[in-house]
Amino acid sequence: MTGPVLNHLGETWLQLGPARSAGRDKTWRAARDDRDVLWLALDVPETGVNTISRDVLEGLDQQLDTIAQTPPKAVVIRSAKTGGFAAGADIGMFRELHDPGDVESMLTRGHAVLDRLEALDCPTVCVVHGQALGGGFEIALACDWIIAVDGASFGFPEVNLGLHPGLGGTFRLPDRIDPVEAMTHMLTGKTAHTDKARSLGIADTVVEERHVEAAIRAAIAGELKQEGPSLTDRAMSLSTARSYAARKMRAKAQDRAPEAHYPAPYALINLWQTHGDDKKAMQRGEITSFAELVTSETSRNLVRVFFLQQALKEDSHGKDSIARVHVLGAGTMGGEIAAWCALKGKNVTLSDPDTEALGHTIRRAAAICREQHLSGTETRDALDRLMPDPGQLGVPKADLIIEAAPEDAEIKGKIYAEVEPKMKSTATLATNTSSLSVTALSEGLKRPKRFAGLHFFNPVSKMQLVEVVNHEGTYATVTDQLAAFCGTIGRLPARVRDYPGYLVNRALTPYLLEAIQLIEEGHDKQVIDSAAERFGMPMGPVELADQVGLDICLHVGESLSAGLDKPMPDIPDWLGEMVENGNTGKKSGQGFYEWKDGKAQKGDAPDTSDTGDITDRLMLPMLDACVECLRQDVARDMDQVDGAMIFATGFAPFRGGPMHYAKWRGPDEIVARLEELADAHGARFRPDPHWKDLP
Amino acid sequence: MNDRPVYIVDGTRTPFLKARGKPGPFTPVDLAVQCGRPLLTRQPFARDAFDLVILGCVNVIADEMNPARVAALRLGMGAAMKAFTVQINCGSGMQSIDTAYRYIRDGGHDMILAGGAEALSHAPLVLRQEAVEWYAQMATAKGALDTASQLTGLRPEFFKPVLGLERGLTDPITDLNMGQTAEILAHRFDISREQADAYAVESHRRLARAQEEGWLADEVMSAFDRDGNHYDHDDGVRPDSDMDGLAKLKPVFEKPHGKVTAGNASQITDGASWVIVASERAVEEHGLTPIARIVDSEWSALDPSVMGLGPVLCSTAITERQKLVRDDIDLWEVNEAFAAQVLACLAAWNDENFCKEVLNLSGAFGEIDRDALNIDGGAVSLGHPVGTSGNRIVLHLANALKRKGAKRGIATECIGGGQGGAMLLEAVA
Repeated sequence: MTGPVLNHLGETWLQLGPARSAGRDKTWRAARDDRDVLWLALDVPETGVNTISRDVLEGLDQQLDTIAQTPPKAVVIRSAKTGGFAAGADIGMFRELHDPGDVESMLTRGHAVLDRLEALDCPTVCVVHGQALGGGFEIALACDWIIAVDGASFGFPEVNLGLHPGLGGTFRLPDRIDPVEAMTHMLTGKTAHTDKARSLGIADTVVEERHVEAAIRAAIAGELKQEGPSLTDRAMSLSTARSYAARKMRAKAQDRAPEAHYPAPYALINLWQTHGDDKKAMQRGEITSFAELVTSETSRNLVRVFFLQQALKEDSHGKDSIARVHVLGAGTMGGEIAAWCALKGKNVTLSDPDTEALGHTIRRAAAICREQHLSGTETRDALDRLMPDPGQLGVPKADLIIEAAPEDAEIKGKIYAEVEPKMKSTATLATNTSSLSVTALSEGLKRPKRFAGLHFFNPVSKMQLVEVVNHEGTYATVTDQLAAFCGTIGRLPARVRDYPGYLVNRALTPYLLEAIQLIEEGHDKQVIDSAAERFGMPMGPVELADQVGLDICLHVGESLSAGLDKPMPDIPDWLGEMVENGNTGKKSGQGFYEWKDGKAQKGDAPDTSDTGDITDRLMLPMLDACVECLRQDVARDMDQVDGAMIFATGFAPFRGGPMHYAKWRGPDEIVARLEELADAHGARFRPDPHWKDLP
Repeated sequence: MNDRPVYIVDGTRTPFLKARGKPGPFTPVDLAVQCGRPLLTRQPFARDAFDLVILGCVNVIADEMNPARVAALRLGMGAAMKAFTVQINCGSGMQSIDTAYRYIRDGGHDMILAGGAEALSHAPLVLRQEAVEWYAQMATAKGALDTASQLTGLRPEFFKPVLGLERGLTDPITDLNMGQTAEILAHRFDISREQADAYAVESHRRLARAQEEGWLADEVMSAFDRDGNHYDHDDGVRPDSDMDGLAKLKPVFEKPHGKVTAGNASQITDGASWVIVASERAVEEHGLTPIARIVDSEWSALDPSVMGLGPVLCSTAITERQKLVRDDIDLWEVNEAFAAQVLACLAAWNDENFCKEVLNLSGAFGEIDRDALNIDGGAVSLGHPVGTSGNRIVLHLANALKRKGAKRGIATECIGGGQGGAMLLEAVA
């Protein structure tokens, strides 16, 4: 909401001192003010967001040369970009690095620049607005003072790329704040927002942009307070204390990600445990360790995942022209979709014949606001935008209507017949069905060209992917609009065509059904799950089936079996009986597992020394289904398949996606293995003919 | 003076929620947002098409100064939406409509959102004046010795808070509680406890019937709180209320002989209501269908100790000005602050001497038919969120005129402090 007055006043200008009008030397704008303070404004050309590249560090090195010749009274470093300080290292740079030796020598030069900055005699002040991540954060840490502009955040997301900080972060952060807190932030990749950054001691003060100059002056004059080393700081200089803390950190890291798949956290913990009391040794260790990690397969695949995410985002460009959304159905999915859209700024109306369900949605929405760390006023505004609408008053006003009714074509048909005549003629109707044919659902509509699938994953607030499913008649403008809509609500669209299960469920269903088949054959459910987890899946198929709901699995399984040429694993009769008896999984408290407090109750870790064929029986049909989807033009290309599977199902990110894994393992080998499995277990393993055509 | 026709186009309210000994789930603005969202959503025009928002609210909470403006912004009506709050105690919700009516009639405005909002369950606990002074001195104490000496002035009764609501329902001039003013009227007009109780039973019966028949469906919008609860009806209604049950209740304001009990007085409730007031031009521009036309309005004032007779004064002023007699008024909404107070109004209208001397009529105004009065219940069964009630009775009168195919109606309320407000509506053919 911006009125003409604020529009006229425009953006709040960043206080850049004389650097505002200074010319750009590569990436920096530098100028001295009348008090002989040198302002260095980082302004990387041709981008809205600063990233820390070799150019940035070399530019800074040149500035340090000048400083050495004519020392100023103080140095101020900040970003000239309105969006934020710096988004971290230029990730593209990592893709070209293959030899650890090259990486080490590059890093050593970078470290020398920040060491020089840190060693300056005059006060150095870094002003951070927006995000200071990775390398950006590391530049800030080399300064004496950090001033945070309200809204600033600091973090080391490197761990998500299979790395740890590499430009001094591993020793400068533990040096600046409580070392255990520092390690936690580096190990989890969590961002410290303004208040947190202040209380941790990352930021020395927090000010509004309008007070930045005054705060800089105070910092230079020594009027800001900085906390000395705390008790923990001193304790952690003892190696025994560090050993103890490191053991706890390892245990926690193990819960999140096993060392075999994600070595970076363990490398960081080892580094700190060994050298935590010796900065120089830490520095040497950081450089060596980072060089090893960045050239490892894991990290390369995780960097690949980052680019896959960017590629999916690219698909969501453009304006969606959707201000008002109406969601039909306040079940788990409909309710969360409505809540999420409202949270992301859409005006949402939500209808359901069951008023209780509408109430439940509001409670759930409030919980999501808490999970997303919304402030009190943000939560209030989000909830104000979410209107339970038993009378469907929102339908004629909506630009987009999302149907999330029960998975029954007849029910959906009735709803469309009732709702479509009330819709604006320009509005889009989308279905969140996960298994019904979008083409078939479009058949009774008056405006089928404005109809498409918009398939969210459970839980909507966590799963980033949304499948945008077109049938043959869907207007391209409608799928463009829906993809753009995904972008505006912070979700990644995968544009796919109508096909049984679309892409994700087509690939995931054999994985789930094979697990049920394995149980039928007498295998232990925990052994099955741990086989998949050891491959790198975030959750085993048996647990996942429970979480999705056995009723839904059964429905999707039956629907896919009927719609596909390729045979699916047989669904044993007892699965239907479980569903009939109400043992539908997580939501009922009992499925394959017993569920308590949202967690599957598992027994002692099973003996998984010999899982035989299990892993391949679970994973290879999933890869085969992906290949089938490529052959059938359901998905665009291998990268899209990989991105979709990772962001919808959590498919082992360190493997870079199912198709990337297939290429790494070798299509010929996989085909041979599938033939073997087909001979042993049935035709459902027979490899797709398209394997041989893969690029 | 310009004299353009002014219409009531639509309106909604929340269910009225009985205060149950602790703050309810909604603040005044929350309530205004809850019923404002569906109202605005069902309009064919954009939310910023209004010229102004006026909201009546008596107990404004500290977090919501000028609740009208807070509500307008939270309802997405745009940064440029002007909004002010009005307060004339129990008439605030009607004052908002009346102000809108006059602004539009005079030609300066075309469409105004006028409402009332009150969360009596949120009425604050108030510190005793002595305690406030003590805190102030503590805050300015200099040094440990001074502070210590101030501490000795602390007395246990400082921590005994005063119910803000109780003070709010007491007239400061006469120091009479509102219930006591009803006791005075019951005495002066010879209203018995049984008559008052019988009136209350009927109020509950009528509201229950209206709820059951769905007559409130377009008017009452479900409210949803953050804990997942939803509220779809006025929950103070007791359809099984009977004379035996009411007879057991003890008087609350004047013990032990009084006649006014919790059963025959209006309930303490939370609720909000909105009405869209529009000019002919706005009606045409947006293709709206008015429910009723506002023909006239009037405010009167009288001795605070008999404030309950306010409706008689202002309503009669309107009928006289419009040259109407009792039979010209098909429906009445007289806010039920107290059963005895409504009955006293009826008695006054039927009292020849009162009408001649006080109202300057030539004879008695006459007896108002119970079948024309508060036909779907009133504040005794619904509750009386003070800043909202005046809005609700106008909205409900408009809807009732339409449902009954009736021509004219008056909505009127008594106002604590000794005033009355009334509004004459005419059905739109």
